Amino acid sequence: MPEETIAKTISVAAGVCVVCSIFVSTAAVCLKPIQATNKTLDMRKNILIAAGIISEGQKANVDELFKRVNAEVIDLATGEPVEGLRPEDFDPRKAARDPKQSIAIPPDEDLAGIKRRSKYRIVYFIKDGERIKRVILPVYGKGLWSTMYGLVALGADMDTIESFGFYEHGETPGLGGEVDNPRWKAQWVGKKAFDKNWKPKIRVIKGTVVSDSPDAAYEVDGLSGATLTARGVMNLVQFWLGDEGYGPFLARLRAGADHG
Amino acid sequence: MGRAREALCDPIFKNNPIAVGVLGICSALAVTTKLETTVTMCLAVLFVITFSNLSVSLIRNHIPSSIRMIVQMTIIASLVILVDQFLKAYAYEISKQLSVFVGLIITNCIIMGRAEAFAMKNGVALSVLDGIGNAIGYSLVLLAVGIVRELFGSGRLLGYELLPLTTNGGWYPANGLLLLSPSAFFLIGLFIWALRTWKPEQVERDH
Repeated sequence: MPEETIAKTISVAAGVCVVCSIFVSTAAVCLKPIQATNKTLDMRKNILIAAGIISEGQKANVDELFKRVNAEVIDLATGEPVEGLRPEDFDPRKAARDPKQSIAIPPDEDLAGIKRRSKYRIVYFIKDGERIKRVILPVYGKGLWSTMYGLVALGADMDTIESFGFYEHGETPGLGGEVDNPRWKAQWVGKKAFDKNWKPKIRVIKGTVVSDSPDAAYEVDGLSGATLTARGVMNLVQFWLGDEGYGPFLARLRAGADHG
Repeated sequence: MGRAREALCDPIFKNNPIAVGVLGICSALAVTTKLETTVTMCLAVLFVITFSNLSVSLIRNHIPSSIRMIVQMTIIASLVILVDQFLKAYAYEISKQLSVFVGLIITNCIIMGRAEAFAMKNGVALSVLDGIGNAIGYSLVLLAVGIVRELFGSGRLLGYELLPLTTNGGWYPANGLLLLSPSAFFLIGLFIWALRTWKPEQVERDH
């Protein structure tokens, strides 16, 4: 053991800290651009999957294909696009945490369990000429353990679900993690999201959907062993499709479609 | 030469950190549902433990004993952050699946245990060998558990379907228990039992 003096102890501690911090900060700074690219790429890939342009697990030139997707920042309260704010410059997760850019959700309406929501959100369109073919809505909410981030794609009628899935969650693999199961996600496709009054009606039920029940078009099978995750999924979809979420935006699109 | 062999090979069966020391169990439960994440975890631990032993051994004669644990911890934490950043940059998919468990390597008792018990007292070369040996011993158990859990829990290995599942129209009903953490306890228990039957000297004496 070396002789211990206060000066020596402090200098060793300082030396170790300096060397370690140089390593850590060098790695963090050098790798940051690659990490940011990875994140954007992953998000874009998921949007393309929701758009039906690529299928899951397919290798594709994501950046090239992503040019077919139109993105827009909208004001949730009015459903109108926000002028002068480009989607590239807007970070929805940061905005949801910023008191200036977000509002508190009344507890009885907070189905998704997220407490605050940003005033603006990014939405994505696939257009066929001028007509909107598909609209892709980023949604999120609490599952059993984690906040789950997903994408809901609605067809031209703003009612039929064309695709649904999560791109980030921390649920138990094999149980709640089954929200990623392609067979379960496939169940959502073709379901109707809204009732006659355009209130969200889609729900996840316990057990299996009876195919001749009148509500079969609005129902998705539950996940066995993952009741709470499945309930979280249902709640967050209902929240984001409702008035506090994308309701006003979807209403505007429907009105537009009627006139056009 | 004998000591070098001992440092490298002893931790594999004779002094396996999981089976004999019963250390590092937390990560053995958490990341072994799939072989892919298991392999990544093993490589990450191999890197961290080798370099933490190396660095601690290098400066062992200068570390004042009053702050030795904090110094070890700082070195280990820095190495883990390096691994985490690296995975996020070059293996994004896997790092998403491993999520917090990469960060939790810091709390893996094996690493700090080796730094304190071996690297503080031995030369650089021996310490590196000891680190590699312990990582191999750890990986051996993890890989065995990972293979059993992925194969019988979801019918796959490294994502390739080997046993067609009944849910996908095959013949094999998946064993859901294997995807839950407790199953890793059973598997590690069986592993320890097998190892102690083979090497009875590892059995603890009754108190």
